[in-house]
This record gives sequence, C-alpha cells and structure tokens, in this order.
Amino acid sequence: MSTPMVLAEGVHKRFGRLEVLRGISLEVQPGQVMCMLGPSGSGKSTFLRCINHLEKIEAGRLSVDGELVGYRQEGDRLHELREADVVRKRAEIGMVFQRFNLFPHMTALQNVCEAPVQVRGVPREQARERGAELLARVGLGHRLSAYPSQLSGGQQQRVAIARALAMDPKLMLFDEPTSALDPELVGEVLDVMRGLAADGMTMIVVSHEIGFAREVADTMVFIDEGLVVESGPPEQVISAPQHERTRAFLSKVL
Amino acid sequence: MSDVAAEPAPQQRPDDIKAVPVKHPLRWVMAVLVAVLAADAVWSAASNPRFQWGIFGDFFFDSRIFHGLQITLELTVLAMAIGILLGIVLAVMRLSPNPLISGGASFYVWIFRGTPVLVQILLWNYIGALYPEISLGVPFGGPDLVSVSANSLITPFVAGMLALGLNEGAYMAEIVRAGILSVDEGQGEASQALGMTRLQTMRRIVLPQAMRVIVPPTGNETISMLKTSSLVSVIALADLTYSAQLIYSTNYKTIQLLLVISVWYLIFTTILSVGQYYLERRFGRGSMRGQALTPLQRLRLTVFPRHEGGGAL
Repeated sequence: MSTPMVLAEGVHKRFGRLEVLRGISLEVQPGQVMCMLGPSGSGKSTFLRCINHLEKIEAGRLSVDGELVGYRQEGDRLHELREADVVRKRAEIGMVFQRFNLFPHMTALQNVCEAPVQVRGVPREQARERGAELLARVGLGHRLSAYPSQLSGGQQQRVAIARALAMDPKLMLFDEPTSALDPELVGEVLDVMRGLAADGMTMIVVSHEIGFAREVADTMVFIDEGLVVESGPPEQVISAPQHERTRAFLSKVL
Repeated sequence: MSDVAAEPAPQQRPDDIKAVPVKHPLRWVMAVLVAVLAADAVWSAASNPRFQWGIFGDFFFDSRIFHGLQITLELTVLAMAIGILLGIVLAVMRLSPNPLISGGASFYVWIFRGTPVLVQILLWNYIGALYPEISLGVPFGGPDLVSVSANSLITPFVAGMLALGLNEGAYMAEIVRAGILSVDEGQGEASQALGMTRLQTMRRIVLPQAMRVIVPPTGNETISMLKTSSLVSVIALADLTYSAQLIYSTNYKTIQLLLVISVWYLIFTTILSVGQYYLERRFGRGSMRGQALTPLQRLRLTVFPRHEGGGAL
C-alpha cells in the first residue's frame, strides 16, 4: 500500500507528571476518514495536536505523509525542527477546533483569506476569489462580510472549515467540531464534513457523533487513558465492541 | 393557511403599556442644590477682583504661551510614540520563551519604572557630563566611526523627549502585555495551525485583538503624559508650564498665568478624551453585535427625531 497519511507508533506525551498518551499506534491511509472516540481526558485532542506540531511528542514515532512530525532524522539521531520547518508542515494540515477560534476582528472572508495571503503569499485578489468560492461551498456565500459574532455557531464552524480548506491541506483534523453547537446546528456542519469525505479528503475526526462515524468513517478507534483500546470498521466497533471499556462508554453515548 | 393546522395563528397585539413612571423627588432636590452651589461658585470667581480676569484674557492668547503649548504637544506626541513602540517591543520580548530576551525586557521595566521620571529627565539632561562625546564605533574604546558632542545632540528637548518616552515605554510594556494575555489562547493556536509564524500571529491576530484592552489605558497614559510633560520645566525647556513661569517671574501675575495654562491643559485633555472614545469604538469592531450610538449621533436624533425609523407621519 502507499505511504500512510498518518502513521503513529507508540506515541507518548506527558504534561508534567501526567502521562496523557501512553503509546498510541495507528495508521490512516490517504483518502480515509478515521473517527476517534473516547471519554474526555483520554488523550484524543492531545493526539490531534501532536499531529499538527502543536505539541511535541516525547517517545515513539509519528509521521505525516512519510515525514516525521517535529523532528528530522539524520543517521540514527533525531534533530528538533526549526520554527520555519514546523510552520511549513503545519500549513499542510488543516485543523478545526471545538470552539471555532475564528478571528473575531475579521469578516468571514478575511478569516478565510488571511493564511493564504500571509503564509503562502497568494495575491490578495486571488485569495478573495478563492475564499468566496470556499465559503459558497460551505453554504455561506451570502455572509462573506459578516463578522463571527454575527454568525450562528454552525455558521462559524463552517467558516472555520473553509478557513482550513483555503490552505489546500492534505489532511484535516477535527477536534470535536460539533460539541459546542446547539443540537439543531450540528447537522449543517456534519453535512459539510460529509461532503469533504466524499471528495476524498483524508480526515481524523474526534467526535461523539456516532451516526456520522457509522456513515462516513472508514475506521474507528476507541481511546482511553492514552491508549488505543479498540479499532476497526465503525460497524464492528459500535455494534460488536470487543472490550468492556468500549462497551461501557458506548452504552453511555448511544 | 387553513390546511396547515399546526401553524400558530397570529395573535392580536395588545395595546402598548402606558404605565405611570416612578417619581424621583430626591433627584429634583439634588439638582436644585447642585445648581445653586455651581451658580455660587461661578459668582464668587466672577465677582472676586483678585482673579483679575482681564489679565487672564490678555495672556490666554499670548504668543509665548502658544509656543509653550506647541512644545508641550510635540513632547507629548513624540514621547507617547516612543513609549508605545517601545512598549509593544518590550511586551513581546517579555513573553518570549528565550530567558535572555524576556529577562532583558524585565530589567528595562525594573529600571525605568523604578526611578522617578523627574530624576530621569535631569539625568538625560546631564548625560553630557558622563559622555561628552556620543559616538558609534568599535566597542571597548576602539576607533570611532561617527562622533557628536553630547550637548549638541541631547538638547533639552531631546533630553525631555527621551526621558518621558523611555519611561513611558516601561509602563506601556505592562499595558501591552496585559492586552496580549487577554486574547484567547485559541486564537494563537488557530493561526499557528494555519501555518503562521509566531511573529505573524502576533502582528495579524493577537495584537489587533489586544488593542481593545490596550487602547483605554493608553488614552489614559496620553492624557497623563500631556500633564507629566510639565516636569521638563526643571531643565528650562519652554513648554506650556515653563513659559507661564517665565512670564510670571517678571510680572508676578502668578495665579492668572497658572489659570491660563490650566485651561489650556484642560482643553487638550478634553480633545484627547474624545479621540480616545472614537478609537475605542474602532477597535471594538466585530466584538459587539451593534455598537451604541455616539453622543453626537444621539444628539442628532434628539434634534431631528424624524430620521429615526424613517417614518410615518
């Protein structure tokens, strides 16, 4: 098979004395959608942040598209990456946050154009055209000049997705993208994500939307206390969990 | 309509409530009391011949006072410009992960915030005693590339500007730092996740949002600077205060001249306050759903109420 988009082997991460990740191993192939499930504090979000170089891992190996995350290998020694290299790699990975994190002082269109112009040096006019296209794609073509505070939660999250897509990422990370939304707004965000998956985007989604996972995900992993407890096709993990902890968790979520 | 049974029928709108407003008798008593006291104060100032209001009028537009006013305003603008730029640099330095950089910034703030600004003004003025020649060259006494005499470079104006500006930098650093820390961490995370560098994140995302917290105390600092700049009178720099002192040292109309400059200071602090108000509105963009009307807009609506609602006769 081709190079996996994400390959984790025994990834460890510690915050002070607290071991958050205790040896995560998993693999995501290009074009696949992986859903991550697990109780809060299990390390799902931390793992996503590691993939995007927002956290540094302490042991194990983590690579994106065949390149190590955060380090460079020379012979058998690892060297920490400089900021310029880290930044370049981050730009290729889109991330969507639970709390949207839109830039409140910029309009929807400015939010989407900011990174292409600043990071990639795309001419402003071209970035605006592309930004308007992307906002139209997430169903917000009519709200280009709205500030985030004038948008509903669902609309804000869709702008955030468009903002991430503007960098043409090869991988999208979703950190509980619908957890901060009113129930009636969840659907519109999931629709956009469904569209992305259908277009062949490689995605890792931390979410408790079991229905979405069942429908869209190629694999599903259940993480608890910093370890992958169970993984497999969503149908199997959801309907016939092998482990007691998975079963206990699912009985509360379903 | 009738086939959609679940649609709630629009209800008849009841009449507007016409309630009797709560009465505030105490407010009226207070208003009368305040009016009487104010009138008495005005009468006492106007009728007291020792105020010599004629002299106040003579000197209010005196050219020496105007020149002093100009120096005061120049000093305030330049010192604040130095202070704000320095403050931003120091604040960013202070938040740097490099201990040498953050330590340097802390040291600067410690020195310049820890000594009286009056002393700093005097020290800058006498810098020539320590370094008669100010030169750019090889360190540890090597050959000079450029050299100027301190007394020609550090004029009283430059000394005052440097002292006030460098001192202000230390205070602004704390204000800017508080502003930066007030911005949600998720903002930095989001922009870093998009591939922006720390510097781009700071300049494009964090600082513009920090402005909302930075502007009000900065306006305060500017108003304070306008008045603190009067300290340069100790180095015989003819600002507004020193110009008045020069005049009253010859004609002994001390009180009148002090009143003249007090009114001038008041006029400019008022202008600055108005400027601050509009600046705060500008940086509040996007943070509120709709902004409250400015006093001017409210006044216009009171005078020309027809504009509201665009209306029915």
